[in-house]
Amino acid sequence: MSDGEKKDDTNAVNADTTKDQASGLTPHEIELAQTGGASEPEVVGVRHGMFGATQGADTTGYSGLVRPILVAGASERPYGGYFDEIADNLERGLVGGTASYGEAVDRVVVDRGEMTIHVRREHLVAVARVLRDDASLRFEIVTGVSGVHYPNRTGEELHAVYHFLSITHGGRRVRVEVSCPDDDRHIPSIVSVYPANDWHERETWDMFGIEFDGHPALTRILMPDDWPGHPQRKDYPLGGIPVEYKGATIPPPDQRRSYN
Amino acid sequence: MSTHTEFTQTEVPEPGANDVYATSVADEQASEGAHVFNAAGGDWNDLVDEATSLGEERIVVNMGPQHPSTHGVLRLILEIDGETVTEARAGIGYLHTGIEKNMEYRTWVQGVTFCTRMDYLTPMFQEAAYCLAIEKLLGITDQIPERASVIRVLMMEMTRISSHLICLGTGGMEMGATTVMTVAFRERERLLRVIEMVTGLRMNNAYIRPGGVAQDLPPGCIDALREMVPEVRRGLGELEALLNENPILKGRTVDVGVLNLAGCMALGITGPVLRSTGLPHDLRKLDPYCGYETYDFEIKTRTSQDAYGRLRIRIDEMYESLKIIEQATDRLQANEGPVMVADKKIAWPAQLALGSDGLGNSLDHIREIMGTSMESLIHHFKLVTEGFRVPAGQAYVAIESPKGELGCHVVSDGGTRPYRAHFRDPSFNNLQAVAAMCEGSQIADVIVAVASIDPVMGGVDR
Repeated sequence: MSDGEKKDDTNAVNADTTKDQASGLTPHEIELAQTGGASEPEVVGVRHGMFGATQGADTTGYSGLVRPILVAGASERPYGGYFDEIADNLERGLVGGTASYGEAVDRVVVDRGEMTIHVRREHLVAVARVLRDDASLRFEIVTGVSGVHYPNRTGEELHAVYHFLSITHGGRRVRVEVSCPDDDRHIPSIVSVYPANDWHERETWDMFGIEFDGHPALTRILMPDDWPGHPQRKDYPLGGIPVEYKGATIPPPDQRRSYN
Repeated sequence: MSTHTEFTQTEVPEPGANDVYATSVADEQASEGAHVFNAAGGDWNDLVDEATSLGEERIVVNMGPQHPSTHGVLRLILEIDGETVTEARAGIGYLHTGIEKNMEYRTWVQGVTFCTRMDYLTPMFQEAAYCLAIEKLLGITDQIPERASVIRVLMMEMTRISSHLICLGTGGMEMGATTVMTVAFRERERLLRVIEMVTGLRMNNAYIRPGGVAQDLPPGCIDALREMVPEVRRGLGELEALLNENPILKGRTVDVGVLNLAGCMALGITGPVLRSTGLPHDLRKLDPYCGYETYDFEIKTRTSQDAYGRLRIRIDEMYESLKIIEQATDRLQANEGPVMVADKKIAWPAQLALGSDGLGNSLDHIREIMGTSMESLIHHFKLVTEGFRVPAGQAYVAIESPKGELGCHVVSDGGTRPYRAHFRDPSFNNLQAVAAMCEGSQIADVIVAVASIDPVMGGVDR
């Protein structure tokens, strides 16, 4: 009996684990990969090397390391907890509106006890209106929008992440995520539904350059009015620090040697 | 003549698409024909004469950018008609320091040092929200030791009182009551003394860390807490005697800065402003974290919807916080235990100890890494330089800060640094209510209304 066969005999899970560890996955990623069925993990990027040595020769011996970046993919029903109820009520609430549930919702991801509804951007306002107005949903408060820039995810580089809170239903929370491509940075504004999102959308415009169509006055809020560029984007140029010693400079933080 | 004294006219670029610094066309159109008076230097009477000669009562006043008491640098743009404010807008961003961007280039643990500086009056709350979010991403929320959670609650409640005291103290000072300020700051000092004893710093503590807290309570801390609580309670009584039925204070605050429940809901207002409309909304009860469900305290509400109600709510909340502090002290006295998660891949390896040459790594730890265990040394080195990896994904955690819902949205790409850390600061959101609270009131009421929101610009601008 060879070693390989012995391994197979012991335990399928163990064998899987060994295999995945050989591929360099973290325990959480192994867990994601093993659950299968309910949520197929999604590869969103690849990580090369280990010490961030992107310039010059990497003598660490880790330069050949290639690891996939996995995030939780679309979940299947049942989502668990009150998440199924939210999905059902949203589906019912959207009936008769501009878009059906299937059209508006791209996918639902349940990860770490949080529900994320990925909404197609053109239907965001309709979804927000149902979330607020439907008595069985009644998310009174949107706690702002947070932008995330993924330069490597072609076609959906910019994400706008909204978190909703329902006080009526005892503190239920749901996350709505919308994405737009970098060459068409438009997402409809939900200020007409949630006036509270006014400043939050201005901040996200200021920091990421996402244009919220229909916002009453989309101007910069944190940076000066005449500031060029959007600082929180990953491609925003960062400054290095000149050192008064033989023309040396400390490189910008994103170009320094660092762990990744 | 040397060229130094010559005046050169600044070249004004042609307004066009290439000029990134050009003002927008809308700005130019709006200011077309408007009269601008600069009040920098010169005689006020000339200015007034000039303004009255136009026969226009409508004036736009820039209140700020200035530093009203301790709120930070806020600019209020008021359109006034005589003494009445007809339109109010808040201009922010003067304290923007790019903390969220900075955090993306530091390890997860180092991020605590940054976020604690956002709202500098509530450092513990940013730390707690950020650490709870990281713990959620790591999936170790259940493994946080009991004692660490109790210490977190203790520190948060002490910070809540000190934040409320600043709000009342500076709010009083803005209305001309300096004694309120001196009493409030005196009481705050008692709390800061204990906070300094535990964390080593009065503010910007970086004490709550992913997985637990930086170190256990020092010897003598329980006694200091037991001594502090009755003193603060007595001080609060003094504040109450000074404020509650003070006719001048009531004249300035009752029915000022009114915002009803519908307004709060529309503008997403949380915290004391929301509770002043009678809605008992408090995340410590609604969605407990750090074991808040096991403490005995009440949510204080009022129905007056005005600045006076918010002031009274803050006073009442401080008494509730003292109750929680007493319960936490009892638990800390009764049970010993670890204050950091057991997972050595996450837990910061060293504990601080006071040596003859000051505060530093404990001698036990140094002996271990330098003398006995090479593995411990490697481990320490890797954790401190590289940090731990957080599985890819995102998490949102909200906690009840003294000002309302403080949310933290963190995104990880599986690396050793946050891919994105966003803070939903309650002041940022609540400051949107300035217009609703101030329009139609007197200029003097603007100060009271803004003070009743209790914005701290460090948190607003981040």
